[in-house]
Amino acid sequence: MLSNSDAGGGISITITTMSASAKKSWNWPLWIGFLFALAGFFSYTFFAQFPITRDFPWANLLLFAVGGILLVLGLFRAFGKPRVYRGKILGPILAILGLLMFGFFSYVFFYVLRQVPPSIGAPRVGEKAPEFTLSNQDGKEISLRDLTSRSKAVALIFYRGFW
Amino acid sequence: MRSFQQRLPELESRGIQVVAISVDAPDINRRQRQKLGYTYTFLSDPRAEVIRRYDLLHRGAGPKGADIARPAEFLVDSSGTIRWLNLTENIAVRARPQQVLEAFEREEQATPQ
Repeated sequence: MLSNSDAGGGISITITTMSASAKKSWNWPLWIGFLFALAGFFSYTFFAQFPITRDFPWANLLLFAVGGILLVLGLFRAFGKPRVYRGKILGPILAILGLLMFGFFSYVFFYVLRQVPPSIGAPRVGEKAPEFTLSNQDGKEISLRDLTSRSKAVALIFYRGFW
Repeated sequence: MRSFQQRLPELESRGIQVVAISVDAPDINRRQRQKLGYTYTFLSDPRAEVIRRYDLLHRGAGPKGADIARPAEFLVDSSGTIRWLNLTENIAVRARPQQVLEAFEREEQATPQ
């Protein structure tokens, strides 16, 4: 009898611990927050198509902000109510990854892309545009004079190249 | 570049000709132009001589450390005088066709024919 009840007690303890871990809720803000951070990191090529979200990455920063809020909420759940929510290990990992993505994005957008030469010697408004003759896409030589004599104005767009 | 193609009819109807300049060779320009459906003129400055003359050289910023142009836009009138220009502080930020159109309208109003 005694050994029987012991065995029974042992089993019931195992069941309680198992059911406790199974009942821990999915800590969704961690995952959704991480997804938002991922979206913030990878979506600039999409948002660069529209001038408003290209000139200043509003959309990306907003995605990062939402992601950050959700990640913090998820961390509070994981560490504040560890019996209820999961994510004590995964939470900090996702949060750090999100933070790294935000840091790298900011570094590229606000530092790397701003490494533009000052061009102090560039011609200014009111000055004559320096004359030139260059080949067009068909190998035909075209001068600035040809261009300006043909139209009211010429928009010269210097660009980095397709490579 | 694409936005200038999209608004090319508007620009051309006002008498503004759009011309793109880079270090790319004419055959690259021809292919890219066809592929992307651009119809304005692409000029080739392979040794970056004109780019240097305009002080727009970005040293070593191209592939394998090649010298290329930094993004810049100029509006030149029929007398060859610069009426407006845009020197971006961020490579990702380029002038919009709208800015060129607005600059052109301002100049038109300021100097009636």
